[in-house]
Amino acid sequence: MSGPKYPGFDTMSLHAGAAADPATGARATPIYFTSSFEFKDSDHAASLFNMERAGHVYSRITNPTNAVLEERMAALEGGVAGIAVASGQAALHLGLSTIAGAGSHIVASRALYGGSHNLLAYTMKRFGIETTFVDPRDLNAWRDAIRPNTKVFFGETLGNPGLDVFNIPAIADIAHENHLPLMLDSTFTTPYLLRPFEHGADLVYHSATKFLCGHGTAIGGVLVDGGTFDWQAAYEKTGRFAELCEPYEGFHGMVFAEESTVGAFALRARREGLRDFGACMSPHNAFAILQGIETLGLRMDKHVANARQVVEFLSTHAAVESIAFPELNSHPDYELAKILLPKGCGSVFSFNIKGDRAAGQRFVESLKIFSHLANVGDAKSLVIHPASTTHFRVPNEQLAASGIREGTIRLSVGLEDVDDLIEDLTRGLKMAQKGK
Amino acid sequence: MHLTIHNKAVYAYTGGKAFNPNLPTIILVHGAQNDHSVWALQSRYLAHHGFSVLAVDLPGHGRSAGPALSSVEKLAQWLLEFIEFCGVQQAYVAGHSMGSLIALEAASMAPERLQKLALLGTAFPMKVSDALLFSAQHDEQSAIDMVNIFSHSSMVHKPSSPGPGFSVMNGSMRLMQRISAINPEQVFFNDFTACNTYLNGEEAAKKVQCPTLFLLARQDMMTPVKASALLSNAISNKQIHVIDNCGHSMMSEQPDAVLDALFSFMKN
Repeated sequence: MSGPKYPGFDTMSLHAGAAADPATGARATPIYFTSSFEFKDSDHAASLFNMERAGHVYSRITNPTNAVLEERMAALEGGVAGIAVASGQAALHLGLSTIAGAGSHIVASRALYGGSHNLLAYTMKRFGIETTFVDPRDLNAWRDAIRPNTKVFFGETLGNPGLDVFNIPAIADIAHENHLPLMLDSTFTTPYLLRPFEHGADLVYHSATKFLCGHGTAIGGVLVDGGTFDWQAAYEKTGRFAELCEPYEGFHGMVFAEESTVGAFALRARREGLRDFGACMSPHNAFAILQGIETLGLRMDKHVANARQVVEFLSTHAAVESIAFPELNSHPDYELAKILLPKGCGSVFSFNIKGDRAAGQRFVESLKIFSHLANVGDAKSLVIHPASTTHFRVPNEQLAASGIREGTIRLSVGLEDVDDLIEDLTRGLKMAQKGK
Repeated sequence: MHLTIHNKAVYAYTGGKAFNPNLPTIILVHGAQNDHSVWALQSRYLAHHGFSVLAVDLPGHGRSAGPALSSVEKLAQWLLEFIEFCGVQQAYVAGHSMGSLIALEAASMAPERLQKLALLGTAFPMKVSDALLFSAQHDEQSAIDMVNIFSHSSMVHKPSSPGPGFSVMNGSMRLMQRISAINPEQVFFNDFTACNTYLNGEEAAKKVQCPTLFLLARQDMMTPVKASALLSNAISNKQIHVIDNCGHSMMSEQPDAVLDALFSFMKN
């Protein structure tokens, strides 16, 4: 006889955090489109403000629609709490700023989304937070980069642009040996393909705009606290994380690690970061993202199946020089991907076509189904040619340093009939080679 | 609040206000494989509404040094020493699950030290199945999963605890994992054995002199409502309050209902 079981992924995708609305019986999660919530009386108000009772005060801090999204994502990731924010970038900023401040240091993978790299390399630096970027595959580099003021390791589950598979167990071990948490951007993999907390990560965030929402409609981000990192133990060993382990003047001297043994990070992130920086999510966007999550498992299976067929097609095409996809044994992380990503490596990847920038432009402009735009994770297939868009001012030699070539194309394979996608790509590749 | 009792570190959460022994003092006692944080919301409210609060970490749990004590009687004796050490003449004592047995036994050992007694999620005998005991000894994660699933009535908790956005079940799981990680002893097996081998519940209940609240949960699969009958029948000065839509993890599943019942009982 088998023992009791937790609900499965698809069940949680539909139900975690949400029941029929107690006020109206509405089965779908309502959009609580209200800035604020009426108090029962003065004592109720005071107890909400002072965290003596749980509830909603003001939608910048909490909102019932957003709470469903947050609790659902916490459930799907296996974390203790989620925090919905305005974008993936806001989630990254909230995650870092909760534990890092002027004088802090971060060790980050150098294979990052450009927006994340900008935040770390330039913007956070302006506020006194330095980052050392390392080759994510070089374990010694992670270890060597640690300083007394280091606060966190950071990377992406699948790096940009080469889909470096982040060696979560190995790098988490290095982080934990040094009393540091590991934070990961898990946007490309979603909890359906990879649950980073099960492999050693401590904090995870998503650009919910992508696969979670799934339809290219709402901008949003979700930060999830795994509840796995012992902030108090790290504080006692190293003096780091006073933000969580010493009284916080900004909230009546609250010591977050006393308040919640496993949810201290999420408490401070909401009670300080969301309150003060204010990058909250609209409940309308939370609703749209929740609609997407209801079918996340189904969609990710189709995304992966389509991506595999597209990769197979491209890998034998004469106009294609190379493909960076970890399910190909030519990829340096092929073996690691089999361990961490047995369900698939998502549907966003880059490949190189033969030819110069003009060839790349011709390819993109001749496609009819793939939409030429700067996004990924839509139900619709998307394409971008970095050398003529995001990196159009970058000289060729600097492109190479970013892992990008003149003919690099990034695809986000959607849910269309895959034969149509392959026909579209066939046309594009033919046009790309015509000008040679 | 950090104390040293018999050369061992002891921690008690005071609900966000400094402990004042001159105020009526509520001692909150957690259950097996838990710590003070299961009482987070209730602690803060009580501490800001006329009480001093000591939500204690039992030995070997959370921030209190081990070893974990092996019987309810030893834990009750320890609790009375803790109350004495804190300078509290008469305490209001509330215990949850294993903590309810500790509170009950303490009330029988020293009736003069208790003003009121609240037993949450209680049962006697508090038998633990052989399968759970075996898992606690040999496969702690399985025991954690079993207890976590049996202790929650739903995967939807509104407004959640300690606040919106928290996953109550995952929080409970991570806390039990943390207790194991902090203390290399087999705390879960120790605690379950203490519950399983406690035989004095009915006799202890007969000696209780103070007003007693039985705060129970309608969907509790760990300590079902009916399993408290031996105790409630033995105590004459009692109230019984059953919370609907609630499982064994009652302080986090229904934090307001628990608080309202507890505060009303303690205050009036």
